[in-house]
Amino acid sequence: MTPLVTVDHLVMRFGGITAIDGLSLQVPRGAITAIIGPNGAGKTTLFNCLTGFYRPSAGRILLHEDDGSERDLTRLKGHRIAREARIVRTFQNIRLFGGMTVLENLLVAQHQALTRASRFALAGLLHTPGYRRAEREAIELARRWLAELGLTAFADTPAGALPYGTQRRVEIARALCARPRLLCLDEPAAGLNPRESAELKALLTALRDAHGLTLLFIEHDMSVVMNVSDHVVVMNFGRKIAEGPPEAVRRDPEVIRAYLGEEDEEAADA
Amino acid sequence: MTAAALAAPSPLALRLRDALAVTLLGGLLALPFIGLVTVEEGGALAVRTRWSAWAMTLAAIFFGRLALRAALDAWHTRRPARKRAAFSSTDAVLRRAAGTSLLAAALLLPVFFGDNRYVIDTATTLGIYVMLGWGLNVVVGLAGLLDLGYVAFYAVGAYTYALLSTQFGWSFWEALPAAGALAALFGILLGYPVLRLRGDYLAIVTLGFGEIIRVVLLNWTSFSGGPNGIGGIPRPSFFGLPFARSAEGQTFHEFFGLEFSPMHRLIFLYYLIVTLALLTHALVSRLRVLPTGRAWEALREDEIACKSLGINTTTVKLSAFATGAMLAGFAGVFFAARQGFISPESFTFAESATILAIVVLGGMGSQLGVVLAAAVLVVLPEVGRQFADYRMLVFGAAMVTIMAVRPMGLLARREPTVRLNPARSSAP
Repeated sequence: MTPLVTVDHLVMRFGGITAIDGLSLQVPRGAITAIIGPNGAGKTTLFNCLTGFYRPSAGRILLHEDDGSERDLTRLKGHRIAREARIVRTFQNIRLFGGMTVLENLLVAQHQALTRASRFALAGLLHTPGYRRAEREAIELARRWLAELGLTAFADTPAGALPYGTQRRVEIARALCARPRLLCLDEPAAGLNPRESAELKALLTALRDAHGLTLLFIEHDMSVVMNVSDHVVVMNFGRKIAEGPPEAVRRDPEVIRAYLGEEDEEAADA
Repeated sequence: MTAAALAAPSPLALRLRDALAVTLLGGLLALPFIGLVTVEEGGALAVRTRWSAWAMTLAAIFFGRLALRAALDAWHTRRPARKRAAFSSTDAVLRRAAGTSLLAAALLLPVFFGDNRYVIDTATTLGIYVMLGWGLNVVVGLAGLLDLGYVAFYAVGAYTYALLSTQFGWSFWEALPAAGALAALFGILLGYPVLRLRGDYLAIVTLGFGEIIRVVLLNWTSFSGGPNGIGGIPRPSFFGLPFARSAEGQTFHEFFGLEFSPMHRLIFLYYLIVTLALLTHALVSRLRVLPTGRAWEALREDEIACKSLGINTTTVKLSAFATGAMLAGFAGVFFAARQGFISPESFTFAESATILAIVVLGGMGSQLGVVLAAAVLVVLPEVGRQFADYRMLVFGAAMVTIMAVRPMGLLARREPTVRLNPARSSAP
């Protein structure tokens, strides 16, 4: 499989702490990649570098465009990653626009297209046909993802008033409305009940198979990781300790040691 | 007493205990204030005790607290039912009806009070505050950026008109867009350095900005006249017809064949501010349902999520600051034209605080709430004039009461900007 993103010797330091220490990995195109590892391994830091929230201390993150050219994402400013590289993420602690309805959340995700259609509010103020059409299309896209994720009934409910599991789905729907090429999910199964967790597995598979998306997700729930991912990357202390198909990773002695601990576990934790 | 009774004290016992605690506190406070009094005795001060007055105070506190507690408990048990009811769309219908009747009242006011200078003047002041409230609502209510120096943009607008008209002979309508643009520019100037700040920190910087503008106007005497202000600012004319008893050209009353009345100008000013406020309302409520407005609200809700969706939070913030500042600039032009005289005295922090209170009291982001809150804040001190010395006390007590009863403001419920199923939501 050809890679969509290549992380090349990435280093992220915060003062004296090295959260990511020379990490290299590839995110295969059109596949589901899982990143696992103990707490504090640097998984979310990797996401923050990838989606432009942090500027890495060293190394490169290369996006392979469809025409074969490469683009270094570490040079792209924060919000432009979602806009131009079309890498969109969700958050470990859900970050919805709580006071706004689910539909409004999904329209904010289409801010770029709508702003352009509204000619930076001028055409919107005049309510021109062009803007009205763009708004209809945006609502239509939102409606499709709402239907696909089983959220249609909640469209006009304030997002903050929904149950936790539903909020997780709304956040994924919102990210999808931003038309991503790579969707990054930070612990999508955290806090879900078994039924919701099974639905999530089906959703991730459908996004890959029916929509051709590339997915990258951080997860602690091994049943989700082992069931849906094509490729697993295991991190510990900011480094990659194993990589490969789920079955191979599961048997890797290094991985087992990282998860079950070894003699000097206490020293390592401190 | 049984163990069960001890574990769960009856409401009456709880209330008695609560009332006793409050009485104890009140008694301590009342001791120096009410229990002791100083009298003049042969040229010297002596302290007398007033135990009876003190005892009466204690009794009043005790029974007052009991009654208040009972009333509050009754209120709270009724509240959940009210909340569920508020979720239906009858709320939106009521709101629209209230808006329409307020608009009708505003338009018809001069018909009924056309000869009452006091009413028209107060209503004009109310109009200014409503407009300022709607402007600040963009910054604070929608974008969630706490701005304590909003009056600075109002001052920029007022001084722009004052200087352009007295120095260069610009008319009201020529100066209006210029002042709006200049105020918006100041909004962006303030916005840039505070892009990274939020909440308390932002509030402090904006407070400082407001003071800087005022202090500059106060001290740069050659430019702004300093504490003497600027006088002789031309009043707006009716499309070129001045409101005067006699002028070189035709005057308003001559043109329409009316008897001259000083009320003509006041009524014109009133309709002018109503028009400006309605334009503000139309602009803000239209912007709210556009991507710009939704981005403002999204910014208020979660800035990091905005960034993750590719929204440039810098432009979103600056557009909110600029829009709010521009509206304040318009209001400032009107203020200068109405007063005919401005000085830094009119643009103190207290003014910013009043406008902010209107937005918070009305319910953040609610347009109708701003009108109600502005009415409370402008009309209440006027009504309170008969209470003379206690006026501000009554005013303060009313504000505390509103915030205690409705902590989210008078109208806290937010109307969605768009609905997927408009038909379904209007069904009962």
